[in-house]
Amino acid sequence: MAIIDVLQSIIPIALFYSAPLIFTALGGVFSERSGVVNIGLEGLMVMGAFVGIVFNLTFADVFGSFTPWLSILVAAIVSSIFSILHAVASVSFRADQVVSGVAINFLALGLGVFLTKQWYGKGQTDMVSQPFYSKNVPVLSDIPIIGEMFFSGAYYTSYLAIGLAVLSWFVLYKTPFGLQLRSVGEHPMAADTNGINVYKIRYIAVMLSGALGGLGGSVFALTIALNFSGATIVGQGFMSLAAVIFGKWHPLGALGAALFFGFAQSLSIISANIPFLADVPKVYLTIAPYVLTILALAGFIGRAEAPKANGDPYIKGTR
Amino acid sequence: MKKNRLLLLFGLLLSAILVLSACGNSDDADSADEGTDGSDGNASEETNDFSVAMVTDIGGVDDKSFNQSSWEGLQAFGAENGLEEGTGYDYAQSDQDADFLPNLNRLVQQDFNMIFGVGFKLAEALKEVADQNPDTNFAIIDSVVEGDNVASITFAEHQGSFLVGVAAAMKSETGKVGFVGGEESELIKKFETGFVAGVAAVDPNIEVEVDYAESFGAPDKGKAIAANMYNNGVDVIYHASGATGNGVFAQAKDIKNGEPDRDVWVIGVDRDQYDEGAINDTNVTLTSMVKRVDTAVQQVTAQAMNGEFPGGEILTFGIEEEGISVADTNEEAYTEEVDKAVQDWKQKILDGDVTVPSTDEELETYMDSL
Repeated sequence: MAIIDVLQSIIPIALFYSAPLIFTALGGVFSERSGVVNIGLEGLMVMGAFVGIVFNLTFADVFGSFTPWLSILVAAIVSSIFSILHAVASVSFRADQVVSGVAINFLALGLGVFLTKQWYGKGQTDMVSQPFYSKNVPVLSDIPIIGEMFFSGAYYTSYLAIGLAVLSWFVLYKTPFGLQLRSVGEHPMAADTNGINVYKIRYIAVMLSGALGGLGGSVFALTIALNFSGATIVGQGFMSLAAVIFGKWHPLGALGAALFFGFAQSLSIISANIPFLADVPKVYLTIAPYVLTILALAGFIGRAEAPKANGDPYIKGTR
Repeated sequence: MKKNRLLLLFGLLLSAILVLSACGNSDDADSADEGTDGSDGNASEETNDFSVAMVTDIGGVDDKSFNQSSWEGLQAFGAENGLEEGTGYDYAQSDQDADFLPNLNRLVQQDFNMIFGVGFKLAEALKEVADQNPDTNFAIIDSVVEGDNVASITFAEHQGSFLVGVAAAMKSETGKVGFVGGEESELIKKFETGFVAGVAAVDPNIEVEVDYAESFGAPDKGKAIAANMYNNGVDVIYHASGATGNGVFAQAKDIKNGEPDRDVWVIGVDRDQYDEGAINDTNVTLTSMVKRVDTAVQQVTAQAMNGEFPGGEILTFGIEEEGISVADTNEEAYTEEVDKAVQDWKQKILDGDVTVPSTDEELETYMDSL
């Protein structure tokens, strides 16, 4: 198998595998950059997956082929509202942010499974009739080699994910709002002194993470799982969290980390067809992303430094 | 200081309330249970002195899979013998692994004569309860538990997998078929070897690609594996991987959407997965290897009622016992030609002309004998 053939099989798989992780990791970046630890990413994904599937099942006849796009939009909005719970607990009431995040995880899963039972009378929903399908991008897919690799049989949601990563970078690093958000996460008192409303910024950041987590969950559900059950989202939220850390709390870093996870995953599957990798036991490639994340956390791969005020509730008027 | 002492007192009071109320609750629950059971038990004894119950795995009785199938078996049995739900037959729902033991104990206390544990996850809890209650009959599905009052119900998955292997080989045009497993284990190995043997029975030249997702709940990995297999020219994939299989269906449907003329098929597992394969006006589910848990549950319950409870035995439900079947719901794809081949091989298995391998070693000798 020539290297180009290998890449042509790996890249499309890595792209669809990574997309949900990219969305959710970006959500994590926004939240944590503003100083709110978000263990609840998993729960936000569950909520997104649930809402996306329910909306799709309910309105597939009404909206036709636009249904999946509307589904992820609605999922993002609902998850964003749902994430206010986390914001209220951890910003206004200064609860322990880790505990509040864990609560979000439990609540979302319980709520999703419970409502599925109530509404559909069974443990899992039917499969959706209007999921996302992969497409060949017009014009671009005709480019030799690169077109085959990046633009054939891919999901538009993957490009949306990459686009949002770049947009997030722009927002965080090139706009006044981004500067405010980062300053709130580094030194909230200094930010407050400069007239920035710390609570407001943190609320916005957590809600953004809710919207992005909801996008991630619904994209996962509508491209990969196609239905919702208690076992739809198992661990992808935590993988996204790992991508946030591995990407050093930077949107493009998180993008890279998520893509790398997808790449390692698809490499482990395709390795059997690649001569020099066929002899490597699959398990090494499968665990590679996690090992690298631990190494990154342990400080072996550059320093992974969290925003300074990450996890500290801000109490106005204290020093 | 005084405030502190007050706080301490308050705290002590609270914890006392907590502890006491916890005791009280469980007592209440127990006595309430016994009360209702006592009367229930008596009531059912007057009409029909047999009662049966099951403890679900964490899926619940509407999981479209094992638990649902077992429950349907019990319901059918109840209807047949005029039992009433709740007293004659009942189920206890487990929401987590920790619920298995209390659920089993509760049903024992309610004096059910026969109690099923649905799924291999309950094996340990069931063994413990069975040892403590030698007078109650137990049965475990999909696992083996030792004990004179326990019947172990297993299925000959390799036989069913052999038959869908035959179907896959008949359907394949590319000469390549695939198998996606959940976690590599003795149980899933039975699926794999049976399938490989079935394919080879039709045409030894057909290549079988085998891959494991190492998880029963990773649709993303299932999709990635399926994408790779279909890319390599595989046109039929048999999955034995639970929710991971969702990804296989997703990939097959995605290909079908992009290239409606290309033939890609998925073979479902455990139950008829026809609904999962529906896309536009066609369907990618070729067939499914169906485990008839309901049949097994019904048969064993009937035996227990007639005083022939197969305690201490390991029962294997295969083709002969009608514990395994092959779904023929997709009439468009599952043609008469395919069906005929499957029926031929089924007969050969029934006649003992073929012994389907269930381990790697048996598969090797089987392949050599071809």
